[in-house]
Amino acid sequence: MRISRRILAGLATASLAVTATSCGGGGTSGSFDDTVTVGILHSLSGTMAISESTLVDTEKMAIEEINAAGGVTVGGKSYKIEYIVEDGASDWPTFAEKSKKLIDQDGVPVVFGGWTSASRKAMLPVYESKDAFLYYPIQYEAQECSNNIFYTGATPNQQSEPATDFMYKRSPAAGGDFFLVGSDYVFPRTSNTITKAQVKQLGGKVVGEDYLPLGNTEVAPIISKIKKALPEGGIIINTLNGDQNVAFFKQIQDAGITPSSGYYVMNYSIAEEEISTIGPEFLEGHYGAWNYMMSIDTPASKKFAKSFKKRWGADRVVADPQESAYNMVYLWKQAVEDAGTFDDNAVREALVGQKFDAPQGPVEVMPNHHLSQTVRIGEINAEGGFTILEETGVVLPQAWNQKHPSSKGFACDWTDPSKGEKYKL
Amino acid sequence: MELLLDSLFNGVAIGSVLLVAALGLAIVFGLMGVINLAHGELMMLGAYTTYVTQLIFKLPILKPFYNSYIIVSIFLAFIVSGVVGILLEKTIIRKLYGSPLETLLATWGVSLILQQFVRSVPLAYGTGLVISLLIGLFLPTSFPSKIKESINFKYYKFSSWLFAALTGVLTGSVISSSVSKLSRASARNVDVTAPSWMRGQVEILGTAFPKTRLMIIVITLISVIAITLFLNQSAWGMRIRAVTQNRQMSDCLGISTEKVDIITFGIGSGLAGVAGVAVSLLGSVGPNVGGNYIVGCFMVVVLGGVGNLLGTVLASFGIGIMTDLIGAGRLLSIWPDMPLPLSNTINFFATTSMARVMIFALIVIFLQFKPTGLFPQKGRMVEN
Repeated sequence: MRISRRILAGLATASLAVTATSCGGGGTSGSFDDTVTVGILHSLSGTMAISESTLVDTEKMAIEEINAAGGVTVGGKSYKIEYIVEDGASDWPTFAEKSKKLIDQDGVPVVFGGWTSASRKAMLPVYESKDAFLYYPIQYEAQECSNNIFYTGATPNQQSEPATDFMYKRSPAAGGDFFLVGSDYVFPRTSNTITKAQVKQLGGKVVGEDYLPLGNTEVAPIISKIKKALPEGGIIINTLNGDQNVAFFKQIQDAGITPSSGYYVMNYSIAEEEISTIGPEFLEGHYGAWNYMMSIDTPASKKFAKSFKKRWGADRVVADPQESAYNMVYLWKQAVEDAGTFDDNAVREALVGQKFDAPQGPVEVMPNHHLSQTVRIGEINAEGGFTILEETGVVLPQAWNQKHPSSKGFACDWTDPSKGEKYKL
Repeated sequence: MELLLDSLFNGVAIGSVLLVAALGLAIVFGLMGVINLAHGELMMLGAYTTYVTQLIFKLPILKPFYNSYIIVSIFLAFIVSGVVGILLEKTIIRKLYGSPLETLLATWGVSLILQQFVRSVPLAYGTGLVISLLIGLFLPTSFPSKIKESINFKYYKFSSWLFAALTGVLTGSVISSSVSKLSRASARNVDVTAPSWMRGQVEILGTAFPKTRLMIIVITLISVIAITLFLNQSAWGMRIRAVTQNRQMSDCLGISTEKVDIITFGIGSGLAGVAGVAVSLLGSVGPNVGGNYIVGCFMVVVLGGVGNLLGTVLASFGIGIMTDLIGAGRLLSIWPDMPLPLSNTINFFATTSMARVMIFALIVIFLQFKPTGLFPQKGRMVEN
């Protein structure tokens, strides 16, 4: 007994040694004149942590890259960027609260943060009342144009509109009827309103529409409706969020709604990260539309993917939201250097017109605080990536959508004081 | 005919997901009266067990048996969730019998802990921990009675826990080094892929049915039959029923109520684990997977009448069929030329969100007339 205990104790020590993991620090060495601290505000716990933590990783990587290249140079002095990461906890009021903390207590000149539209809507009044600046990296429904937010994700005309056009004119299901599926919140509903207007313009028909309440994964009634509305196949536009996609794709495949039987799904919320979660075997042959896809064959894109894998692990992937997050850190750095100060108002002015050679190709900040971007349509392949089928030229962002009935004929321009948030074209 | 069959199947399919999820709760809440808000997280553990089993079956040694991993995982999930449930009962719930509000808060706390646990602990070590618990809890009970009664039993107990801990750490390290996906903690949702024989659809009477849905119906049926047989035919089942009806009297007659509580709670939790396997086939597996079902589970148990399995069965199929009838606007296809106002109303509720609202409203109305559910319980417990 005594001996066996000793052996066991020895084994325990050995296995504890195996379990001990090392924590890598992200510090860089070098000589800087000073430091500047920026805020990073994403959900690190709760439902959204899965998606938002990838943005934190990307933003940290961008900051480390900038520091390694000498930091930010303002007024002849080099600054090392440091960051404070706050957890929005997938709870929208918490985002507002933490924003206040970052601005008032930590005095950061800029906050990179948010994912859901709900979190952005909660943060917006904070930044406007304190005249602070938020950088928001997600493709969203637009219909918003704040002087205090800089949006690096796509607006609907930079994602859903070219995608709908592709599906109706050039996809294998061209000319077919549309069925719209989405999660029940603002992005899918706004996006689908735009899609419906566009399909009508193109001369097509939307034969059905359904929204799944967030958190609900029972898609059986939706599947019956799709089969009833599109008995011979057709086009499905999918704006479901997160886990609901897994349930949707697993079950439509079982129900025989597949590309081989004439059903083609165009997805606005499925990027490489989601493909690997859902499983490419369920998604192969369906489509996605994004500004950035990991399969873009340019040196900038390859370098971005390679450095991300090197920093965070070989099995990690990069996707559109991450690329937007990466771009915004660099655009902020450029604007600060051009402005020669960290002061909000000066940086905001310097920001418009900034150009950056992003992983997706060149992007430019427009007067409406959105980015001009390239749109790509890709077919999901068996390897879990996109085979890029089409690539538009540079598409200018519309903060106020020109197909949505409530915003037709309006635009936004913050460089001209007489125009501002919403003016008639 | 085809329409009817399709609608009935959809209803049964939705209902059986509800039923398999609510079955464990029907026992824990129905028979024991424990409001266990961590029930959803016990389901989640079952779902994660399926995921871990799937990955372990992808190892070269077990690869030939890969197709049967789902069957194995049903048993494993029952054991894993059961063991965690037993630990929960022994440490927390036992001290809170008779105080529902405190139980509610404590189990909610446990549900948060379990959610964060799967987010921040690598699954390999999670598996190791469950194995430790399993050995630690059951090894001492398997000692011969001579040792159990000896004065030194606590030392034996201590050393078996020590052994359990070491085995746990060892298995954890082995799994972690052989399956890289399990060696890192991640808040990311993971995916269970059904083996190829369970994908696609089968045709019955000219209508195509998805195989995974059929599999869930089968799992549900087997669970219901097994638990009914257990409660009505076995000695322990009789004891459970006796304690449910009158705790003091059963105690006086020599039934160890403590043991009965552990077994009942363990079985209820184990069934939650089986439900976890079922839902992992439908969607993805994540820390929140169980939380999505918990409200539905309580709804089914309350509607069916607390403490009555048949009620739970009927209630879940009832809700399932209603969900399909309303959510897919079936009445319109049965009676296409109904008057316009009526068809407009039906169309208005024929979306998933509105169907949910409608179902909840109907349940509330139903409970106004029958506050104790479909099959109210009779007997002493009700009088207390």
